[in-house]
Amino acid sequence: MSAVADRYEEFQKLGVEVIAVSVDSMFVHKVWDEEELAKMVDGGIPYPMASDGAGNIGKVYGVYDEAGGVDVRGRFIIDPDGVVQAMEVLTPPVGRKVDEAIRQIKAFQLVRETKGAEATPSGWEPGGPTLKVGPDLVGKVWKVWKP
Amino acid sequence: MAEEEVVGCGKPTGSVVGEPKGETEETTESIKKEDSMVMVKVGGKAPDFEAPAYHKGKFTSVKLSDYLGKWVLLCFYPGDFTFV
Repeated sequence: MSAVADRYEEFQKLGVEVIAVSVDSMFVHKVWDEEELAKMVDGGIPYPMASDGAGNIGKVYGVYDEAGGVDVRGRFIIDPDGVVQAMEVLTPPVGRKVDEAIRQIKAFQLVRETKGAEATPSGWEPGGPTLKVGPDLVGKVWKVWKP
Repeated sequence: MAEEEVVGCGKPTGSVVGEPKGETEETTESIKKEDSMVMVKVGGKAPDFEAPAYHKGKFTSVKLSDYLGKWVLLCFYPGDFTFV
């Protein structure tokens, strides 16, 4: 929560809106934000914290744990057309890495800007070489990219 | 974005847009509901939802389809006051 909030400006610069969802009520969200998160991030959480008390949203996103009655950790990158481009789902004890979300968003934005003419190879970092997708690349990836 | 909500004493929950809200359907109906329920997959449309939310000191609501035209990072997490 606070890790994403800490990088919120970076997300905003990339034109990304953040929505957080848990099964807690908005009343609990408020108190958590005020009592704890605001002490970790200046001004508290800058994006909406939604409430999925009945797990309805978590169920369709495949993150609702019936036994625990909670939405497990799930992170979805949704493009401007409302299409899910990436998802990462983890059990609760392991946290996500915000850097990886930002890297993936930059990669998907690049692919979208080039209308799919370019793809990002494994391990791609922003600014790194991309693959120019087309017939000429078939069987020739070894010339431009190595693990 | 959305207007501020009037807060009652109940504990409101989010729901998937287009899904029936009640829990009282007949069994056959709920099976049908399971069948028709959209499941998320990459490359597919993100299921739309609407949910009450807390945002910078106010109670409001969020609807995913209001964000069309923008990139969205949607984060589920196990609960407030957890440690990770």
